[in-house]
Amino acid sequence: MITEFGHFALILAFLVACVQAVAPLVGAHTNRYGLMALAAPAATAQVTLLAASFAALTYAFVTSDFTVRLVVLNSHSLKPMLYKISGVWGNHEGSMLLWVLILALFGAFAAWFGNNLPQKLKARVLAVQGLLGVAFLAFILFTSNPFLRMEIPPFDGQDLNPLLQDPGLAFHPPFLYLGYVGLSMSFSFAVAALIEGRIDAAWARWVRPWTLAAWMFLTIGIALGSWWAYYELGWGGFWFWDPVENASFMPWLFAAALLHSAIVVEKRESLKSWTILLAILAFGYSLLGTFIVRSGVITSVHAFANDPERGVFILAIFVLFVGGALTLFAARATAMEARGVFSFVSRESALVANNILLAVSSFVVFIGTIWPLIAELFFNRKLSVGEPFFNAAFTPFMIVLGLLLPIGAMIPWKRGQIFLTIAKLKWAFVLAVALAGLVWTMQTGKSLQGPIGLFLGAWLVFGALVDLVSRLGRTRDFSRLLRLPRADWGKFFAHSGLGITMFGVAGLMAWDQEDIRVVPIGGSWDMAPYSFTLDAVENVRGPNYLSTMATVSINKDGEPYATVYPEKRNYPVAKMPTTEAAIDYHPMVDLYVVIGDRQDDGGWAVRTYIKPLANWIWAGAIIMGIGGLISLTDRRYRLAAGARKNAVPQGTPAE
Amino acid sequence: MRFVFAVIGMICLSSTLWAVQPDEILADSALEARAREISKDLRCLVCQNESIDDSNASLARDLRLLVRERLVEGDSNDEVKAFIVARYGEFALLKPTKTGANAVLWWSGPFLAIIAVFTAGLYIRRRSKSFEPPVDALSDAEKERLNDILSKD
Repeated sequence: MITEFGHFALILAFLVACVQAVAPLVGAHTNRYGLMALAAPAATAQVTLLAASFAALTYAFVTSDFTVRLVVLNSHSLKPMLYKISGVWGNHEGSMLLWVLILALFGAFAAWFGNNLPQKLKARVLAVQGLLGVAFLAFILFTSNPFLRMEIPPFDGQDLNPLLQDPGLAFHPPFLYLGYVGLSMSFSFAVAALIEGRIDAAWARWVRPWTLAAWMFLTIGIALGSWWAYYELGWGGFWFWDPVENASFMPWLFAAALLHSAIVVEKRESLKSWTILLAILAFGYSLLGTFIVRSGVITSVHAFANDPERGVFILAIFVLFVGGALTLFAARATAMEARGVFSFVSRESALVANNILLAVSSFVVFIGTIWPLIAELFFNRKLSVGEPFFNAAFTPFMIVLGLLLPIGAMIPWKRGQIFLTIAKLKWAFVLAVALAGLVWTMQTGKSLQGPIGLFLGAWLVFGALVDLVSRLGRTRDFSRLLRLPRADWGKFFAHSGLGITMFGVAGLMAWDQEDIRVVPIGGSWDMAPYSFTLDAVENVRGPNYLSTMATVSINKDGEPYATVYPEKRNYPVAKMPTTEAAIDYHPMVDLYVVIGDRQDDGGWAVRTYIKPLANWIWAGAIIMGIGGLISLTDRRYRLAAGARKNAVPQGTPAE
Repeated sequence: MRFVFAVIGMICLSSTLWAVQPDEILADSALEARAREISKDLRCLVCQNESIDDSNASLARDLRLLVRERLVEGDSNDEVKAFIVARYGEFALLKPTKTGANAVLWWSGPFLAIIAVFTAGLYIRRRSKSFEPPVDALSDAEKERLNDILSKD
């Protein structure tokens, strides 16, 4: 009954979305305020209905209702509760439902908190958001209905893919979707502005928080996924340049570019049409990502439900929205007249450089991702594009970005003097070079990867620090530091976080060590300064799996240091084994132990890695996310919120 | 979105084999290091986007052993890769060659960067030479709306 109720709510949401897509648009065009006013209640109704629908599906999963097909395919009565809930979005249909729920939620937020938006702009934004809802709800209802019943319900389900039964992955998709779908707001604002034919500083101020929020969620979502790959897949890789990873990385790069170009629109009223284009492309890449993941056109380690029919549907949505928006852009872009004047050496130019680097590097990821498809279709060559290509083609842009960032972040608006800015940064530069030099002399081998990474990381962090302190003015009154605008702090954290991640990536790739061997029970092996002993290997029973669990004790310089328990699990229902690496986390280094198979001589295959700076990668990402969050709470946005609160009670008596 | 699904699971993960196993490793550590380096550039053909160095599939193991065999016989790194490509096609290379149409793959990024820098240079030149127009007065519609708002209170 509850399932049918959810199904019905979903259909109603589709109808409401149709109204939301059409009525306000017509209203805005014909100056009928009644039709425009329909947008907000429609957005509220849509999100309420979708929340009810999602709740109904969650209920089916939580109660293990095996009359529902989706539950049978992705759940099992013995599965822990956390994974029963995360199982709702651990599959194609459920994740699409979460996708539209978040889409509607963002639309509703614009409806609820958008009282100070011009009425027509608000109506058009909500209409575009509604149109997106129509497209995706139709997709769900016609190709991926999560509420289908089984004719003959089985006694138990087929279990969720064991690799997905993991806390890191339980929260990874919701964050990613918040990011992907958050970019739909920037898209709706861009399309609304194109229909309206004007954009100004106020528009940019409206778009920025949405983009910032989307970027922040994407950052955290990608970091969670990368961390999951690191500890779950069992060989300690953190990024594979897999098509599906790239699908989330491209919108991230575009969101970062959009974030920065919107600053130029807001402060200087330049780069307007470029910012609109970025907003369209950023969401376009989100849609493309959805297409890649769900169509099976490009083979991936992370292949989702591969169904050509769904692929064609999503491709149609992609062509309709991105093509439509780009056509509109071509027709209207010239109306976006730039106003600000600036010279070659200026913050504006620096932000243009930022945009070029981010957009081009994103393009490199894009072409690397789709090249196997193009080569096969047009050149009849079956080839692969993998990690070595991306490392070679993508990294140089990031290095240039890292080199320019601290300088660009400090150049004054309109007209600056490059040497004045560089002079301010000289200590940051000297310190970064000194650190890199020190490490270069200390390390064995002549690889430059680690020292360059350290230089970039230190240069970014110290540069961000110099930038923050320079905001105090000549007085250097450090007590004012906490009273600086939060946007300044956000910038400091975001830029430092990027530096920390860059250093982590370079350090891990340059300095990790590996040891592969067969060890008898009681045997020891050394990886200076650590020595490892395989104490025991036992069979253990988990809630829905069987495990072979080893006990490995670690000594450092002869002293007991840690004990870890690497596992090999077998999930009998899903018929899949997983490796559970044991990781001893430390700030500077991770000790990573994986147990393999029993060998013929009775010993066990064991892999040991020493992974320096691994945690820095995710710490940097989290710091970037915190930077975004701090920036979101900046006074400008809160002030707007406060003004709104005052405005509401004044509005009521006037009725 | 790292949903690893059945296909890959069956092929690569469900085998009880393992990426580089203890018995594969060559005694000569210099050769072994070269073998690892080459392995990272070769694709496990039955897997999806995994190098034979990372893959657990049995084919990947065969390829790893083949790479080591060639190295022991004195092949250079490039000769080993050429040997694999001759048998399995360029699909086996994770780092595509720069020949033929692949030039587009390799050079379109740098090419685009140059175009972008050039275009941006022209744009900035235009911006630096124009003059900043005064802030526009309110449009008629805006004036009307302002009057509306002011007369409400």
